[in-house]
Amino acid sequence: MSVLLRREVVAELVKERKPDLLVLSGLGSSTWDLAAAGDTDQNFYFIGAMGMTVPTALGLALAREENRVLVITGDGDMLMSLGILATIGTQKPSNLAIAVLDNGIYGETGGQETATSGGTNLEMVAKGAGIENASTAITKEDLANAQQEIISGTGPVFINIRVAKEDLPLIMPPIDGITVTHRFRKSLIGKP
Amino acid sequence: MNWPAEIFKVFKEQNITCVCHVPDAGHLQLLQMCEQDENIKVVTLTTEEEGVGLVSGAWLGGEKGALLMQSSGVGNTINALALPVTCKMPFVTVVSMRGEWGEFIPWQVPMGQGTPKVFEAMGVTNFRANNAEEVYETTDAAVKFAFNTRKPVSVLLSQRLIGAKQFEEN
Repeated sequence: MSVLLRREVVAELVKERKPDLLVLSGLGSSTWDLAAAGDTDQNFYFIGAMGMTVPTALGLALAREENRVLVITGDGDMLMSLGILATIGTQKPSNLAIAVLDNGIYGETGGQETATSGGTNLEMVAKGAGIENASTAITKEDLANAQQEIISGTGPVFINIRVAKEDLPLIMPPIDGITVTHRFRKSLIGKP
Repeated sequence: MNWPAEIFKVFKEQNITCVCHVPDAGHLQLLQMCEQDENIKVVTLTTEEEGVGLVSGAWLGGEKGALLMQSSGVGNTINALALPVTCKMPFVTVVSMRGEWGEFIPWQVPMGQGTPKVFEAMGVTNFRANNAEEVYETTDAAVKFAFNTRKPVSVLLSQRLIGAKQFEEN
């Protein structure tokens, strides 16, 4: 049983966030976790398009070298786009960090096991894809170290965070993608 | 007429600075021009749907992008297109068509024939260039349409334009 709880982890990752931090969350639990930690204009929430969280973060990181880009997503969403880790391992954006909340299950669909409950180790996948700054966080001490890497480590940073399997209340961010897109761009570039 | 240079001209005029692709021989010259331009980032993808995310992420960051792919890759992008469609983000893809004019490999036919229908079903507006003379105005119209109305567009480069001969040479 993991000691790390996903809502506490996400709250920790975005607490006292600097103005340059842009956060993208993957569907679905990670998006509820990020909304629970506090809604801001510089969050972009996926509630669909599974597998698109990390590719979108790469496009954003390459466009905004002056910002820090953080992905918070689940093992299911990450597993759907493993190829993007090879693309990131090639591009090596220094301002991109990926935090995977790995509970080993598809939490939104009935708790079916993901490949990380089988033989897949996401830290090893990331390293094999060319992301050298990759690690796994299991304890609170690991998480404290991981947080330092996420906020200020040389990217690309990849942290696989093992979290407990939990059934948590759904905290919905703004559901309308146009609204979220417009306010994100407005906060960043001054126009929707 | 050097039609890849016409597409490149539109990219420059419209300030497209993030070009991602899964390689295709039909895009070879355009890619070389993009790679030689210091203001354009070229990102090689492992699969086409990554490009939908990359272009959307670039837009979130205030930059314009385009995805280059072959028609066989279009099927990989289908659910990813929910992102630009739902969020009303402009999206430009330039597709080298296979499986139509004079195709000789049967495996290229299903997705080539399906490409316009798949895009239409997902809310992507198709623009098509059948010959070199149409390439500039078609690409220009499509890119302006995308960024002015914030809609996804495809520029379908007909196999008649690209030619089976070029494929054999490559």
